[in-house]
Amino acid sequence: MIYFDNVSKVYSDGRSAALQEVTFQVAPKEFVSIVGHSGAGKTTLLKMIIAEDKPSQGQVFFESLDIHRIPKTKLPSYRRKIGTIFQDFKLLPHKTAYENVAFAMEANGRTDAEIAENVPHALSLVDLDDKAWNFPSELSGGEKQRVAIARAIVNQPDIIIADEPTGNLDPIATYEVVQILRKINDLGTTVIMTTHNKGVIDEIERRVITMDGGRIVRDDTTGKYVL
Amino acid sequence: MITGFRRVIKAGFVGFWRNAYVSLASIFVLTIALFVIGATMFLNQLLETSLATIQSKVDINVYFVPDAPDEEIQRILAAVEALPDVASVTFTSREDALLRYQEKNQDDKISLQALDELDENPLGANIAVQTNETSQYEGVALFLENQREQEQPQVQVIDEVNYAQNKDSIDTLTNIINATERASLIIMGILLLASVLITFNTIRLAIYTSREEIAIMRLVGASNMFIRGPFMLQGIMYGFISGVLTMLLFYPLLVWLGPRTEAFFEMNLFDYYIVNFGEIFGVLIGVGIVLGLVSSTFAVARYLRT
Repeated sequence: MIYFDNVSKVYSDGRSAALQEVTFQVAPKEFVSIVGHSGAGKTTLLKMIIAEDKPSQGQVFFESLDIHRIPKTKLPSYRRKIGTIFQDFKLLPHKTAYENVAFAMEANGRTDAEIAENVPHALSLVDLDDKAWNFPSELSGGEKQRVAIARAIVNQPDIIIADEPTGNLDPIATYEVVQILRKINDLGTTVIMTTHNKGVIDEIERRVITMDGGRIVRDDTTGKYVL
Repeated sequence: MITGFRRVIKAGFVGFWRNAYVSLASIFVLTIALFVIGATMFLNQLLETSLATIQSKVDINVYFVPDAPDEEIQRILAAVEALPDVASVTFTSREDALLRYQEKNQDDKISLQALDELDENPLGANIAVQTNETSQYEGVALFLENQREQEQPQVQVIDEVNYAQNKDSIDTLTNIINATERASLIIMGILLLASVLITFNTIRLAIYTSREEIAIMRLVGASNMFIRGPFMLQGIMYGFISGVLTMLLFYPLLVWLGPRTEAFFEMNLFDYYIVNFGEIFGVLIGVGIVLGLVSSTFAVARYLRT
């Protein structure tokens, strides 16, 4: 479903490379964790998938679609196929939890009826029914991340991209977020996640790609955190 | 489409309210800008009216000899009236001239007695000519001088044209009017430019505080129009509210200022404000909305580029 073909990313100074000849494939319904030190190229990899960054060389495919040949005007509709989760949550500060989730559906052009039905459903999936009308500043880190997950899944995307989703969370919140991601994966959504957290990897027991210096150094089908 | 439009409108209003401080700051600055623009309009009006008043007091007088034949006078009158630069011609007959002289000198017994000694009215008819612009007097005076020169000595009709005596003051006045108009144009231009730039920058700053939000909206897959719409609506709201505020600000100011301008410039600014209320209101709100809308559209566009 996602296919990286010999992708390199060299920054404009010509020397430092974020990615070097990366080739791998993600099948539908897989749960892939990408691990590696800071600067190993994990985030760059994810940015390629959501068309936030362009490869200097090589191609990235979403199914049969060359992501970096999508015209600018079609990017929003492409991005709606992907749910994104970030370490710093990236919630809209002036919108309540409910409105944050609803915004993703509004941007997608869904009807009011669909929104009224799906948003509470997504919020209850992440166990936040009672915080629906709180603003992000009134929520804890774990709660914010759960709102972000609800927002990511509410449009029923084909794939969830999670960049260090547990990076800012305490162990209990981390555990909750990982459980939710697993549940989403079990329901049939592909998940690609980067992480630093050994405990998270051991918990998930799925495929692990290990990166170092912009290259893939390991690709284990039932992962361990080896660095 | 309609749903999208409705959502943009709603998001605009909600955003306006939840970012109350930012909205307030933008409205404040925009109100000042509109106030400057409005004040410029009033000043310009004041200047124009007072210049027109002064201009209307300038004229050229043509004095005819007392025994000038009526048909000759009528001919010259018609010729002057036909000149394109001439705004108005006022004819004063011999009898009227005498009455006016007596009125003017009613306290001067000697002059009146001297007049009585004469058998007949020593005063000739005269005409007062006004042109559209003070600079046009020269041409009219020239025309009248030519008329006088063409006359045969025995049938002389025009006794005197007083342009020569008035020339210096008319020239000075023309210079002052031109200089004032040019200076006011430059000052207004600078003021307008400054207020537009300040507004633009304020709204840019207001939207700068939302740049993270804009980035997030893009990541969630919102189209550019869906992101831009609420900001554009807020720009329009800033403009509208500022326009209303500015009109409200002018009211007490002009109530106070009106009588004072009347005393000095022979024009009551408050009356002008009331009579032209709709027009001034329309201009201020229109300028406010355009300023707000254009500023916010440009400011958001910066964060929508990839």
